Amino acid sequence: MKLVLTEEQEFLRDTAKDFAQERTPVTHFRALRDNKDKNLWDRDIWQEMVNLGWSGILVPEEFGGSNFGVAGISVILQECGKTLTPSPLFSTGVLGAYAISNFGTQEQKEKYLPKIVSGEITTALAVDESSHHDPLKTSFEAKKNNEEYLLNGKKTFVIDGASADILIVLARTSGNTGELAGLTLFIVDANADGLNIIKLDMADSRNYANIEFNDVKCFNQEILGTIETGGETVERILDIGRIAMSAEMLGNAESAFETTIEYLKQRKQFGVLIGTFQALQHRAAEMFCEIELTKSAVMAAVQGADENSNELQRLSSLAKTIAGETLHLVSNEAIQMHGGIGVTDEYDLGFFIKRSRVAEQIFGSSTYHTERYANLSGF
Amino acid sequence: MQNLEKFRKEVKEWLDKNCPPSMRSGADPSIPVDEVWGGRKAEYKNPESKIWLDRMGAKGWTMPTVPKEYGGGGLNAEQVTILNQEMFAIGAKQPLLSFGIWMLAPVLLEYGTEEQKKEHLPKIIKGEIRWCQGYSEPGSGSDLASLATKAEDIGNHFLVNGQKVWTSYADKADWIFALVRTGPKEPKHDGISFLLIDMETAGVSTKPITLISGKSPFCETFFDDVKVPKENLIGQLNAGWAIAKALLQHERAFISSFGLGSGMGSGRDLVSIAKKHVGEEDGKISNGFYRSQIASHKIKEHAFGLTFKRAKDEGGKASATASMFKLYGTEHNKKRHELMIAATGINGVAWDGDEFDKEDKNLTRAWLRTKGNSIEGGTSEVQLNVISKRVLGLPS
Repeated sequence: MKLVLTEEQEFLRDTAKDFAQERTPVTHFRALRDNKDKNLWDRDIWQEMVNLGWSGILVPEEFGGSNFGVAGISVILQECGKTLTPSPLFSTGVLGAYAISNFGTQEQKEKYLPKIVSGEITTALAVDESSHHDPLKTSFEAKKNNEEYLLNGKKTFVIDGASADILIVLARTSGNTGELAGLTLFIVDANADGLNIIKLDMADSRNYANIEFNDVKCFNQEILGTIETGGETVERILDIGRIAMSAEMLGNAESAFETTIEYLKQRKQFGVLIGTFQALQHRAAEMFCEIELTKSAVMAAVQGADENSNELQRLSSLAKTIAGETLHLVSNEAIQMHGGIGVTDEYDLGFFIKRSRVAEQIFGSSTYHTERYANLSGF
Repeated sequence: MQNLEKFRKEVKEWLDKNCPPSMRSGADPSIPVDEVWGGRKAEYKNPESKIWLDRMGAKGWTMPTVPKEYGGGGLNAEQVTILNQEMFAIGAKQPLLSFGIWMLAPVLLEYGTEEQKKEHLPKIIKGEIRWCQGYSEPGSGSDLASLATKAEDIGNHFLVNGQKVWTSYADKADWIFALVRTGPKEPKHDGISFLLIDMETAGVSTKPITLISGKSPFCETFFDDVKVPKENLIGQLNAGWAIAKALLQHERAFISSFGLGSGMGSGRDLVSIAKKHVGEEDGKISNGFYRSQIASHKIKEHAFGLTFKRAKDEGGKASATASMFKLYGTEHNKKRHELMIAATGINGVAWDGDEFDKEDKNLTRAWLRTKGNSIEGGTSEVQLNVISKRVLGLPS
């Protein structure tokens, strides 16, 4: 398959670009942060995104979605990433929609998917349990008690967990920490008894929560996928999430880079434009190359996801590693090349570096994914 | 479609009949392998190398897209794909390595007169004439346009005097395509012409340059009152700089492919080297630090390969992308060789003698050779200049 966008994807990208530039420029995010907004995303804006069909991109047509695939949602996230658009699109439109569309029972699909598509509910995926992403280390317990399961433990860094209506939770039903077998995914109502949702205050001012479970009850019909094989299932969902997040991070990097190039063309010192300095030109050119490599890696991973490639895991780790490294580099260099103004809160670049470092941690850092890539490649 | 299937059948039959056994996969390993560059001075250890070149050259399939009237194959893009697929299917060797094909022929097609195309293209395509490139001079490296080798118009011919350096295989080549100064008073870019010179002309001499790798793929080339016929001028007088730049794009595209593990340097696999020399535990490179450096490198290589594919899928536009590939490809290739020799340890810096394996000694030489990759064809710094000015539009 060719590494270029289809007409349909170009159309989605153009729509998303217009939306992000007009409806959610960075000032939109800044206002939410300054106002200490409860959700750190705006319900009306989210409803506008829903009305554009974005929450249903990964949902089959029979449940009201468009089934435009990971390629479709990724071009949207890339454009939204350029203006740091905060919304539950990643947690709901990517993770929730993909998980239930692909692994849900008919009953679960009928129950949740139309509500995801219409914007009635948002979802969150609860995997991590410590400061580092590592799904195999799950020790969060789901214990069978007659006809029900009792969920106990604490989940950390749940994206949009402070506002989600539905939680998809990775739990250990058997086996030991470190084993792939014995993991199971549960769908839990965020209003269930025994849940304690603790909102997190992170550097990027987005919506995250730690969630404590105290004897939260779940029934068999709330298991997502099959029991004990949730490890494989969640890896698949995570890989789609990693690829989509890489696309958003690519958008972050492109935007910070563009802002910097524009600055080099108008800022004068010593009586000349600073863009004439070779020390800055060469670093800018190097960043250009890294962004080009990132575009290719993300696009290949996106296509791999939609084609069910048997290289999907490797491509996902490739994309997340490269996107993380590139955004890391660009967000650092953008600030340095701007000089003093780059480290002021008034200027937007600070938002990009803060978002960069949080996004790097989401579903595995570049270090995590370099190791995973090495393992998958037999190095 | 039917015509294409018919063409495929013809190609298959022709290859079956004409591609000698030692030029395909599964060749007898005891038969010596030639690096075939053609030309008047060519020598062949395996006579089938010459047979294969002559047959492919006669078909014009060494440059399959060039029109038949100039000795090419006259094939369209779909037919070329089929030819490549069928050659790949039997593991057919490329019949000819040639600076004429990679660099000069595209320029002749664009800028040459009808007579020049008819004179030179068939000989390039058949591998009868081996070409070398006369660009750099002792005083003109990155600042190529400052070149001083002069060609004076003395009536019925040019009189060429000066010196070129870094002429690849000048001692083995038959002809040279050279940049010469024909307008000493004009601004430096506007006084350069593109001239073809027969290396057998009186006054041309060459001297090999020994590199840090111990090999001598380059020469110095001297011109001492060399008479060059007027008809050997390509394009207009003093308009050679545009041609020079067009040719550089072809050269950069060609050099950048080294980054993918082919071409110059060693094609050995970094991971197997590390497993062999550093050690292997549970199928993994046993030293975590080497392993992580290698993994990071391989990830970049993967993304670079995908970028190559994307550029091709997008229709291979823009000269500036050539600069990116040249820069990244050569820097990556240097890094790959650094990692290979580091993983090979002491054996990775072996020079000669029976205590070391041939492949390790070759690796040392290859590593040193790659140091030139980011200098030849425009240094990495020049490529960064091109990207920052032409792609990013940064001010001068």
